[in-house]
Amino acid sequence: MTLTASAKAVSVPRQPVLRRAWRAVSPYTYVAPFFTLFAAFGLFPLVYTAYVSLHRVELQDPGAMEWRGLGNYTALFGDEFFWTALRNTFTIGVLSTVPQLVMALALAHLLNHRLRGRTFLRTAMLLPYATSVAAATLVFAQLFGRDFGLFNYVLGLVGVGPIDWQSGTLTSQIAVSTIVVWRWTGYNALIYLAGMQSIPSELYEAAEMDGASRWRQFFHVTLPGLRPTILFTVVVSTIGATQLFGEPLLFEGSMSGGISHQYQTLGLYMYEQGWGFFHLGRAAAIAWVMFLLILVLVGVNALIARRRSRKEAGR
Amino acid sequence: MTALADPPAPVVSPTGRPPVRPRRSGAGRTLKAGPLAYAVLILAVLVSAFPFYWTIVAASRTNADLAQVPPSLVPGPHLIRNFEAVLAEADIGKALLNSLIVSGSITVGTVLCCTLAGFAFAKLRFRGRGALLAVTVGTMMIPPQLGVIPLFMLIAELQWVNQLQSVILPGLVSAFGVFFMRQYLVQSLPDELIEAARVDGASTARIFWSIVVPIARPGMAVLGLLTFMAAWNDFFWPIVALSSQEPTVQVALRQLGGGYVHDQSVIMAGTLLGTLPVLLVFGLLGRQIVGGIMQGAVKG
Repeated sequence: MTLTASAKAVSVPRQPVLRRAWRAVSPYTYVAPFFTLFAAFGLFPLVYTAYVSLHRVELQDPGAMEWRGLGNYTALFGDEFFWTALRNTFTIGVLSTVPQLVMALALAHLLNHRLRGRTFLRTAMLLPYATSVAAATLVFAQLFGRDFGLFNYVLGLVGVGPIDWQSGTLTSQIAVSTIVVWRWTGYNALIYLAGMQSIPSELYEAAEMDGASRWRQFFHVTLPGLRPTILFTVVVSTIGATQLFGEPLLFEGSMSGGISHQYQTLGLYMYEQGWGFFHLGRAAAIAWVMFLLILVLVGVNALIARRRSRKEAGR
Repeated sequence: MTALADPPAPVVSPTGRPPVRPRRSGAGRTLKAGPLAYAVLILAVLVSAFPFYWTIVAASRTNADLAQVPPSLVPGPHLIRNFEAVLAEADIGKALLNSLIVSGSITVGTVLCCTLAGFAFAKLRFRGRGALLAVTVGTMMIPPQLGVIPLFMLIAELQWVNQLQSVILPGLVSAFGVFFMRQYLVQSLPDELIEAARVDGASTARIFWSIVVPIARPGMAVLGLLTFMAAWNDFFWPIVALSSQEPTVQVALRQLGGGYVHDQSVIMAGTLLGTLPVLLVFGLLGRQIVGGIMQGAVKG
């Protein structure tokens, strides 16, 4: 394209200088609105969070900052609720991400068949994605109610329960994870479906010629073909799980994530420190810990993916 | 799963080779779905839809109804009464209006900014293009939650706390939107078209309005839908920046759920009101939204 531009300049030598100068500058005017806002509200806060995390900043007077060095971080690591939140974020992350992606994969596989009412099925499966965290959580909190919740009623019919979903550690984490799984499974199924549709049909033909069963085709053609898509969804869900916030906040309506903090996530812990206890500096330190955690998790994912594909290539 | 559901491979053709199935070229397999596949998919649809149905049931009954065993599974007669209670208690009317203003402005702004930038990244050549695009795409991986504290300090400094612009302005930034529009234009806008317009003496601005925008319209529509839904449903930043005096729907829902109203059926009525607009959009344009999400997906 640069070539054609200069070629044109040669073929039209009498182009006014000003106009040519404008040509060189004008592309920036197209990206300027985005980048101005992006710098002010996207990039600057991200970087500045690190600076804030080294200070004492209170919500009542966010303008006044007092240097604290790594004080916020050491205070954080000395707080048992930080470790609880870290552990909860991890367990809720696993409880929500793993079933979500496995179910999405199975649904996508089924959706990839020739189906009547294809569009209806796809759209209906995406319905939960259209609801907000707040709405979904309020409904599920009701369904998970101890005394009059529908889930306990149904469990009661088969002789189980009643389960106190809110006060148990595992039960409350399962309940919170259920909301996440419900909202995101259909979305991920569509992403997988898009990936499946781009796998060349020749691969399946070849596998069939070799006498591979449907199962073997799924494991040896579909899954490897989906690897980039799977990596993408794992990374996106990991990031989502790390910053999980609305579900645990609204499950009972408290910032502490249950009486014994049994389902408080890092995201909620950050909110509690910042807007519950007014320690914005401390909250910024939590934000940075979350960021580093995400970097590590994404890095590990990428490493596993690379090692696996190298192993494939070596075969 | 389907291996069980599908009938065994159909009759062997006279030549002895497996019969050739009709296939869409390059679009995976198109095996016919068996009854078990339908059963599983319909179950998934029911699970997806049930919470919505339950919201309607609970919103149309009284709190006393909900405390009955066995619970009633059909809608009752109290929907209007519960709606009135919500409007009185949490000012959902104002919240709906605020959400409409916020989501509407964010949608228009994002689509415009992102189409402009996406076009530049897709079709214009300028110094630093690769680096700027890399920064944009790179930050897509960073959750916006991490920038919330300085952002809050910024709007506190500007005295924008509790004002709608504190939610609108940061919402106009969408790295995903730029990436999405770039991908869309790379695929659907031929270079020759721009070259031809250039030869005819059209300026870049002219090219943008008369060629790029008409071609980009379907992509802009999808980005607009996704942006509207995301803005309407956004939770973290609005509850930080706004309060009960100037709530969006999500802020109002949080108040409803925060132990401030104890009547479950009223809470469900509020949830229903807050979800209806986006469900309406989804009902009318669901197909486009599905297409947009599948288009934005990473393909192998």
